[in-house]
Amino acid sequence: MSLRERVSKSVSDLGLPRLTVILFLVSLFIVGGIQGVPLGDLVNSSIGRFSMNALLTISMVPAIQCGIGPNFGLPVGIIAGLIGLVLSMEMGFTGFPGFMVASALGLSLGAVFGVLYGHLVNRVKGQEMMVGTYVGFAVVSGMCMFWLLMPFRHPRLIWTLGGEGLRVTISLSDFFSNVLDNLLAIKIGAIKFPTGLVLCVGLIAALYRLFEYTRAGIAMDLAGQNEQFARAAGINVERMRVTGTAMSTAMGALGIIFYAQSYGFVQLYTAPLMMAFPAVAAVLIGGASPKTASISNALVGTLLFQTLLAITVPVSQSVISGDISEIIRLIVSNGMVLYALTRGPGGGNNGS
Amino acid sequence: MAHEYLLEMRGVSKHYHGNYVLKGVDLKVKAGEILGLVGENGAGKSTLMNILFGMPVIHTTGGYEGEVRLAGETVRFANPGEALSAGIGMVHQEFMLLPGFSIAENIKLNREPLIPTTLSRFLGTRLSKVDMPRVRGDARRALDTIGLGIDEMLPVLGLPIGFMQFIEVAREVDKSGVRVLVFDEPTALLTESEAGQLLAALKRIASSGVAVIFISHRLEEVLTICDNITVLRDGEVVTTTPSAGATLTMIAELMVGRQTKRPPLGERTVEPSDDDIVLELYNLEVDMPGEEVRGVSLAVRRGEILGIGGLAGQGKVGLSNGIMGIFPARGSVKKDGLEIPLNRPGEAYKHGIAFLSEDRKGVGLILDRSIEYNISVVATLTKGDFLKRLPIGAAIRDRKTATAYAEGAIEDLDIRCTGPTQRLRHLSGGNQQKVCVARALALKPEVLLVSEPTRGIDVGAKEKILDLLTGMNRQQGVTIVLTSSELAELRRVCDRIAIIYDGRLVDILSPDDSNAKFGLAMAGKKVSEA
Repeated sequence: MSLRERVSKSVSDLGLPRLTVILFLVSLFIVGGIQGVPLGDLVNSSIGRFSMNALLTISMVPAIQCGIGPNFGLPVGIIAGLIGLVLSMEMGFTGFPGFMVASALGLSLGAVFGVLYGHLVNRVKGQEMMVGTYVGFAVVSGMCMFWLLMPFRHPRLIWTLGGEGLRVTISLSDFFSNVLDNLLAIKIGAIKFPTGLVLCVGLIAALYRLFEYTRAGIAMDLAGQNEQFARAAGINVERMRVTGTAMSTAMGALGIIFYAQSYGFVQLYTAPLMMAFPAVAAVLIGGASPKTASISNALVGTLLFQTLLAITVPVSQSVISGDISEIIRLIVSNGMVLYALTRGPGGGNNGS
Repeated sequence: MAHEYLLEMRGVSKHYHGNYVLKGVDLKVKAGEILGLVGENGAGKSTLMNILFGMPVIHTTGGYEGEVRLAGETVRFANPGEALSAGIGMVHQEFMLLPGFSIAENIKLNREPLIPTTLSRFLGTRLSKVDMPRVRGDARRALDTIGLGIDEMLPVLGLPIGFMQFIEVAREVDKSGVRVLVFDEPTALLTESEAGQLLAALKRIASSGVAVIFISHRLEEVLTICDNITVLRDGEVVTTTPSAGATLTMIAELMVGRQTKRPPLGERTVEPSDDDIVLELYNLEVDMPGEEVRGVSLAVRRGEILGIGGLAGQGKVGLSNGIMGIFPARGSVKKDGLEIPLNRPGEAYKHGIAFLSEDRKGVGLILDRSIEYNISVVATLTKGDFLKRLPIGAAIRDRKTATAYAEGAIEDLDIRCTGPTQRLRHLSGGNQQKVCVARALALKPEVLLVSEPTRGIDVGAKEKILDLLTGMNRQQGVTIVLTSSELAELRRVCDRIAIIYDGRLVDILSPDDSNAKFGLAMAGKKVSEA
């Protein structure tokens, strides 16, 4: 193989989007190094953001595998997780138990919401992405009323003035912020490694990998790959799609709980509105397509996407003394979503 | 006369990628004559008509050899539009009608007589008014020509299918200057009396000096109304004969062709017989679009290879799809006396029945997955094979045994690939089909339903597939139900051949029966009736 062939093969194996992002990242690191930005901080925030967001991205995998495509209805799951969080706090749980209660509530609510949402997307086959986006918007907007009207009483949660309705941003510092991050955390110089969080994400990823190889996992994946084939083999395609959607939604619920404990705050009201987009963008950057995805797609994608976001801020500030990270974030995440919607089936380097 | 024939096709040949589908075909029609064009599926009728109309599919695959003469002049139409303006018309099998429009509007569609308006004088004819009275008048005249006394202002929506066919015909008749008219299976969807009416209309059209080419599988119709009959077989004209003096049997025999000697297929220890029935269909009806089955009762003997033959669209393909639950079915299917629940895909697998679908790309294969995955996945799902149990209790897919099995299958079936992990997309059609066979083998079926196993694959692979099937039958005693459009193939490997016509079983023939018997059965006639 000539050099030219070898280069073009590795480019096509990697895929153009990933290559672009990697090249951009490398150039950012070089510029940052020249400008004297402390690399330790860069790595630190990259790891932090990756572990915070990984589960939200992983939640895309069962959705894509069962055939509904990237789960644009992720806010449904996020809402479930948020309800779990505020309920746990309202009941006065703190520390690790509080986190566990929030997770248990979030997961079960997420599964229930997911089943309902799955039945809905079964009725709009072929338009799951569009419908999911609007279901997400609608649910988030509807929940704004819920947050405001529900009789929450805990003084840390409700508005200090008026004494009714949940706050927009609730600090977790008195409850369970960073409980996973600090679990078995390792410190090497400036770099703090959130061992507990990474281990939890890793455990969920490993369990899902195992599920992929069980009969149920194979059946679900087949339903997404080729509906006719699956039906002919006696698989209940509709049920598989509901299962996958429910798994995705439940993972989304747990994902926002992981995210919140790491971030230290719970953001309610319109905050979840756009949260599906970075997750969708990340899994697609990782090499998934609307039809095939794997855990490694999700992990690689989250690492690339979040690192990109993490290091643009300090590097761009050092160069042009302004913040273009928000612009980059919008261009990359919306660009990836657009790319995914226009790209036909097939292509990409993914799946087993 | 300068030119005796209005339309003449001389020495027309056509190949697709070196594979000749027409070999020096001659076809002649005089003005006022009805020429019948008959042949089995794939004999080359459609290709011949595509050439006549200058269809794009002909040009994009390298054009054709030979010449087409219209009224003595050599013509070579670049597109169907040119053919239409030269006066060649076609009545299609599928209706091209707008349901919301009236009959008259449909007849004059896109050819409406126009009245200029002030606007159209400046901005082009698109802004002219349609001259409705003339539309009605023209439509009435065309309908009268074909003897249809229906109100021309009725909307097409809701008309019986037969009438729709007549409207198609009326549209062609109305086109001024139409000289050659091709009818492609015009009676396929009509009832007997409607068909009679249409044939009468056809005669009237011909007597007005139009050359008519009539393509039909209903041989008795061809014999009644045609002046001459051209029989095509494997891309060649077998004969052109006046229909006076020709008989149904003779035409049927010419269509099917010479008897090929059957090579021996190997001995069996026990000959299959009616005393040992493995699969029993009773009054099976299947709603498979285009291949409806309207009540078939059939008993499959254990250990035999039963062929299911018949022309395309008559329902032979629907049978196995109905048994497997892929299309909605009614009736009863029994395996070893046990009822298999219908409309529940997967049930048949549990009863030891496997299926090779004719829709390889759709139902048959996952193109973006590996050979190993494709071979093992259905066995894993339906029977729990290729799984291993983990210490924690969960059973997961065992890649090692699946890969080992796939390697064996690749060896046995001679699948040309780089290894069991190669994706199916990169294999040729023949090798993909071998993967399908391997998947069916992995299920260790007692009964294997095979549908069009050799469609779209090259000759070498075809032989290999047929050898594999007979091998399975002889060595492992698998009962095979083989559905195929290729009669020659059925006659080579089958013990008995059931012929399906119009969704019903016509007859069960022996592969050694005469061509005439097969030809007649495929036209829906049992020999005793003919």
